[in-house]
Amino acid sequence: MINVSFTSSFRAALGGADALEMEATTLRELMRILVAKYPRMQGHIDDGIVLAINGEIYRDNRDVEIQDGSEVFLMPRIQGG
Amino acid sequence: MANDPSYTKQKLKVIGSRVRRPDGVDKVTGRAKYGADHNAPGQLVGLFLRSPHAHARIKKISTARAEKLSGVKAIITSEDLPDLTKGDTAARDILENCMARGRALYDGHAVAAVAAVDEQTARKALKLIKVTYELLPHVTDVDEALKPDAPVIHDYLYTNGVEPRPTKPSNLYNVAEFGHGDVDAGFAQADVVVEKSYKTEQVHQGYIEPHACVGSVNPDGTGELWVTTQGHFTYRSVCANLLGMDIAKLKVTSSEIGGGFGGKTHVWIEPVVLALSRKANRPVKAVMSREEVFRASGPASSTSIDVKIGAKKDGTITAAFAALRYQSGPFPGAIPGMPWAAIGAMTSFACYNLANVKTLGYDVVVNRPKVAAYRAPSAPMIAFAVESTMDMVAKELGIEPLDLRIKNAAREGTRACYGPVYGPIGIGATLQAVKNHPHMRARLKKNQGRGMACGFWFNFGGQTCADLNIATDGSVTLTVGTIDVGGSRASLSLIAAEELGIPYKQVKAHIGDTGSLGHNDTTEGSRGTFSSGMAIVFAARQAIEVLRERAAIMWEIPIEDIIWKDGHAKARGSKYSRLKPLSLADIAAQSPSTGGPIAGHNESVPDNAGVSFASHICDVEVDPETGGTRIIRYTVIQDAGKAIHPTYVEGQMQGGAAQGIGWALNEEYIYGDDGRLQNPGFLDYRIPVCSDLPFIDTQILEIPNPNHPYGVRGVGETSIVPPLAAIGNAISNAVGVRMDHTPMSPPRILKALEQLHAS
Repeated sequence: MINVSFTSSFRAALGGADALEMEATTLRELMRILVAKYPRMQGHIDDGIVLAINGEIYRDNRDVEIQDGSEVFLMPRIQGG
Repeated sequence: MANDPSYTKQKLKVIGSRVRRPDGVDKVTGRAKYGADHNAPGQLVGLFLRSPHAHARIKKISTARAEKLSGVKAIITSEDLPDLTKGDTAARDILENCMARGRALYDGHAVAAVAAVDEQTARKALKLIKVTYELLPHVTDVDEALKPDAPVIHDYLYTNGVEPRPTKPSNLYNVAEFGHGDVDAGFAQADVVVEKSYKTEQVHQGYIEPHACVGSVNPDGTGELWVTTQGHFTYRSVCANLLGMDIAKLKVTSSEIGGGFGGKTHVWIEPVVLALSRKANRPVKAVMSREEVFRASGPASSTSIDVKIGAKKDGTITAAFAALRYQSGPFPGAIPGMPWAAIGAMTSFACYNLANVKTLGYDVVVNRPKVAAYRAPSAPMIAFAVESTMDMVAKELGIEPLDLRIKNAAREGTRACYGPVYGPIGIGATLQAVKNHPHMRARLKKNQGRGMACGFWFNFGGQTCADLNIATDGSVTLTVGTIDVGGSRASLSLIAAEELGIPYKQVKAHIGDTGSLGHNDTTEGSRGTFSSGMAIVFAARQAIEVLRERAAIMWEIPIEDIIWKDGHAKARGSKYSRLKPLSLADIAAQSPSTGGPIAGHNESVPDNAGVSFASHICDVEVDPETGGTRIIRYTVIQDAGKAIHPTYVEGQMQGGAAQGIGWALNEEYIYGDDGRLQNPGFLDYRIPVCSDLPFIDTQILEIPNPNHPYGVRGVGETSIVPPLAAIGNAISNAVGVRMDHTPMSPPRILKALEQLHAS
């Protein structure tokens, strides 16, 4: 089981909860499950999101393994200069 | 091991040395080729006709007279650029920004372009194009644009991020919220609550080299673009998509870059130049004038910000809140769903360990040029507001501002204001370094004051692809696809030398064109040395495996018995004592007969670039009669993870501070009531020059990033974040006025002093 937290901006798309508990072993699997359960997340994913596992930020890589008990945080994609 | 990004803690031999920069001689002798230095046989001159109005309907464009002018080879309007974006709103906005489609949305918006045999003819042609405008109401101020009676710029923009979805369009196109805890409860616990509102005016990156390119499209549908850019692969994709070309059939070659700082992450004239070339069937060259750069490239947002911070008597911050209103020009931010105010909101309180924090980002469209990234985009403005308010809180509590920051500094395990939990970070170390720095103990004179402030930037990695080729004499060529904006060719050469165990001078790095490598993301987000450096590490490790294989062939022994150490293949074990180590050059010389060229290659998407923090100290002297402010001493302290080339890192730290000083004191887009930019030139828009600045001292801290073999973090952007606030705090300590509006120019300081004396 992993704990999924997210920026407030995603709350409406994720059913209004502050956090979720889910089963997933990679970020790619997590995103697939999230979209299946919460279709409105697809819009945010299309816009670009970043995922952090226990604070380590993955902007692009979706094949990272998630250990049981980890916190995954979802936030918008950023741009630099 | 080969592609393991983990920090190795290895003892470094070459990295960290201050070797001579590989591009230095070319740049100081004028040999370096910048965007405007490229020419193609038979090229035409491209010029743009731009709207003189802030907002106008284009009723008619008559090009007939211009087309008849001898020497004119092509004229482009939006009718020549059909919308091929297939519902991609971000791409559609780029297309519309490159060439107005039915409406001019800001002063300087391109409405037509001409390609002619020479500049004189092209200028004549521009004068012969007749545009009939119907003026529309305009709005250029971010707060004015949010008023109920403001002209609504787009009837299709409905606010994202609010529930329920609005039923009317408005200029507010996005609301984003970040934070955690309960700020209301936090403020209720506070002994002191300070609230303050701020404004920051629009600034430009001020790169010395204007946008320039040569485009050439052949009748067979292939094309080439030579351009100054921070991301030639991105330019290729965007231009090809807008023009309906296959991406692979457009080759983009980047020039040396005379500054970008985010402004060259976006296309401006390039798709139109290619379209002109396609229509004229000749190469076309265009170079923006400085006036065009100001009016029609991408400055940073102007903003309006509210900050509220509550703290207990002992200095513990109990709650923090910020509302950020950023304008993005006439189009939503560069990344859908991640507009400029949202980025600012994410960075707002990132330096601090807060139980209760909430930030709201309001993104707004106005009739100004499309906003682009500017070095740690969106962060300096909110840092000005937050760090100024932090000093006010400290004053209310009777605590030293530095001690307030140290007490509340984020640390490993802190939940950042934008969500995730931090790993090892350097904000505490930079603050402690401030406390210990002799600058903090230097004496000040009358009308002088000292301020300090902190700053944060995310940093990121992104798609990267690199080649490492070993010539038969043992020299090494690196081909990378991340544009060198701040010294990455030197840094990457150092990294290759370190991994291979050879001298720096044996390595030469090049920026490859888009035909020579896979996609590389734009050099932004302080990613160049982090991500390409990682790719070079992996490519070098791959090449070392090949070198061991070749040594095994030469010695006729198993590869398992060969190690690579200090630039040599060495056979392990006493049974090989007769075998003298083979240098890289020895093995390379035999490569034709041992399997052919020796190379390493890597394509990857490095992540975990490691967040970055900086703390700045600034001394100013304010002339109470003129309101003029002089920077008399400035110190930048920043966590670099590991400084690959310390001189370049110091240069980045100094450059960011210098730009921040200009932003703080002088730079400002000034619009008239007519919505036209009043100061599109370096005489009236004044960036700091050497004589305005003291030598900027630097102190590099090295808190290793655990997710890079050498501990590297991005360093290029963070240093522009603290200066606005550090200077504002210094001015406050010098003459007693709290400045809440940048630039803190002489008229604004005089006005604040008059108000202070009147009260």
